[in-house]
Amino acid sequence: MSPAAYGWLVLAFPLAGSILIALLWRSLPGRTAGWIGSAAILLSFLSAVGALVQLQDRSEHERQLTSSLWDYASTAGLDVKLGILVDPLAVFMCLVVSGVSFLIHLYSVAYMASDRGYRRYFSYLNFFVFSMLLLVLAGNFVILIVGWAFVGFASYALISFWYRRRTATYAGMKAFVINVIGDVGLVLAAIILQRDLGTLDLPTVFARAPEVFERNEWLIVAVCLLILVGAFAKSAQIPLHTWLPDAMEGPTPVSALIHAATMVTAGVYLIARMHPLFELAPTAADISAAIGALTLVFAASVALVVTDLKRIIAYSTISQIGYMVMGVSIAAYSAGMFHLMTHAFFKALMFMAAGSVIAAMAGQQDIDRMSGLRRAMPRTFVAFLVAAMALSAFPGFSGYFSKDEILAFAAERGGGYWILYAAGTVAALMTAFYAFRMIFRVFGGEPSEEARELEQGHIHHAEPVNPVTGEPEDTDVGYPGPEHHIAERDREMWIAMSVLMVLSVVGGVLQIPGVTHAIEHFLDPTFADSRFADTNVSGNLEALALVVGGLCSLAGIGLAYLLYVRMPGSTLALADRLRPLHRFLERKWYFDELYGVLVVRPLRALGEWSSTVFERVVIQGMVGSATAAVRTGSTIVRVAQSGLLRYYALLLLAGVGGLALYFLLVSR
Amino acid sequence: MDIAWYLVLSAFIFCIGAVGVMVRRSPLVILICLELMLNGANLALASFARMTGTHDGQVFALVVMIVAAAEVVVGLGLIVAMFRNRLPMDVDEMSELRG
Repeated sequence: MSPAAYGWLVLAFPLAGSILIALLWRSLPGRTAGWIGSAAILLSFLSAVGALVQLQDRSEHERQLTSSLWDYASTAGLDVKLGILVDPLAVFMCLVVSGVSFLIHLYSVAYMASDRGYRRYFSYLNFFVFSMLLLVLAGNFVILIVGWAFVGFASYALISFWYRRRTATYAGMKAFVINVIGDVGLVLAAIILQRDLGTLDLPTVFARAPEVFERNEWLIVAVCLLILVGAFAKSAQIPLHTWLPDAMEGPTPVSALIHAATMVTAGVYLIARMHPLFELAPTAADISAAIGALTLVFAASVALVVTDLKRIIAYSTISQIGYMVMGVSIAAYSAGMFHLMTHAFFKALMFMAAGSVIAAMAGQQDIDRMSGLRRAMPRTFVAFLVAAMALSAFPGFSGYFSKDEILAFAAERGGGYWILYAAGTVAALMTAFYAFRMIFRVFGGEPSEEARELEQGHIHHAEPVNPVTGEPEDTDVGYPGPEHHIAERDREMWIAMSVLMVLSVVGGVLQIPGVTHAIEHFLDPTFADSRFADTNVSGNLEALALVVGGLCSLAGIGLAYLLYVRMPGSTLALADRLRPLHRFLERKWYFDELYGVLVVRPLRALGEWSSTVFERVVIQGMVGSATAAVRTGSTIVRVAQSGLLRYYALLLLAGVGGLALYFLLVSR
Repeated sequence: MDIAWYLVLSAFIFCIGAVGVMVRRSPLVILICLELMLNGANLALASFARMTGTHDGQVFALVVMIVAAAEVVVGLGLIVAMFRNRLPMDVDEMSELRG
């Protein structure tokens, strides 16, 4: 079979799994739905491996294949096929997405077992993976946008999964609205490209763009900026990042899948996929890199003060995506994709471990309430520790090589790009600090009440309350239900976490600077046309980035140890001393407030004005005067309807007589 | 003979019918008066046909008679129904369609 056939299989299995579970949900007993869903994703992953093997058998110049099933839309000047594009970049993404998704499915089989919406959950989850793979494999802009919108819908469905939780449905709406802003940007970009290039086919667009557009012409810059709107909305970059922390309202495995490993990387993938356009528009690429750098500093600083466990990880995700966006925007494509992969491993692992912790705490997510869980949850502790070390780029772990490769490339570009390097390094220090802040506060210290209960072999139970508002939860929608699931007790969860632990540790081996270049070589056919394809980071800069990165990581961890273990309570004093700064970070740089002032409040005022003034006066006035006119008219006409037959006869005769008289007079 | 006399007679019959329709209250009489109006018109049609020497007017008079016959069937049916339901034989009392 050709790689393209495998590409279709990659798509077919999750779609089939989603439909199968959706149709058979009544007759699927116990955990069957979970196993069907996991099997579908596993088969999809194996198909991706098949595509990889087939692709490697071909020569370097034949590694880009397109295949189409039938015409999707065909009208004047627009010929869109239901087609996929299989090339190393797409296959790489397929492997990461389906591989990590499979492990998350496996984890969910146990973690969601006591949830009422078990089958609905797996149907959504499979549909999400299908949408993401469709986006990744899309061969033209239309299919890309379709997959893009499907992902937006799937994330809405999964964020609002516990639909009786008010905050969850609001978070779902917020995510959906921001994603639609991105969709609009992408659609507008596609329309401009269709108008000027006459095609929406990705390879043809990339081939024709340099012939039609001047380098850095304003139109191509505008196109790239519109694409960036789409990418930033999905990847939660400033200014469209506010949905991601709220999206933590969904079940924890959903956070692992959508908001760490796969969906948010769609924007990074999009920039990498559109790299021929971005290299035509260096201004747009520089803007993108600057925003990526700003985002990564912003999110890392907010993660320092947030106390909700899942939201810390969410901000960490935004920050890490910032590294990737910066990487692919400065043309460090393979480094960006490498970081995407390692991040998928360790962030999924971190969310899984966090899910286990939250289950042990009976749904409590506030780290102020957690402490000393290390002895009660040894497996979860090890998993969290590995993920935190990889996240903080501890020397030797996977995150160490991938993050520092991006920074080394920024340094190699020189000039203003040194600012990006500095931002990335500062954020790396903060990353290590907040990663170990979680470790020391959740697992270190005196065992909390819940931890002691668990040490005696019993999971703490509590009346479930909404972690954000504190209002009592409607337990009809599922977790935290009668049973909570932790990694120490459920085999499936532990297996999934073990695999990710191994990958988080050794994933960096694929691309150790100066030693191995597996990913760079593999992705080379896709990025061969890049102007920076031959740019190699010099050994000195690589060594500098690795040394500085390693020092930052150690310094951050040491600082966290000093503040949280050696001098507990010192952070409170520090927060008191730096109250304005603390408030600024705690309020997330006032972004939500800013949008409240700029967007929400004007819109609400407009709505209120419309409903009171415009609706009452103009609309109701129009309707009211129309009815009044009809009513007056009918009152006048009604006089004639006396019901007296003889009167009607008189009117009739008078009318006919009058007419006759008139015609007689006229005919004179 | 001058056609004017025929037309005058026709107008007389028509006006008697019309006035009868307007002033009488008994449905039966109104029906008879309607007949008078129709036949007044018939007389005019027949006279004009004689004057022009064609048959058009006579054909029209026949059509009017057929219409009159149909009308009598409906009208008498209504009157019989009024009798059966013991309704007052007065068109002024039957004014349910007043607006």
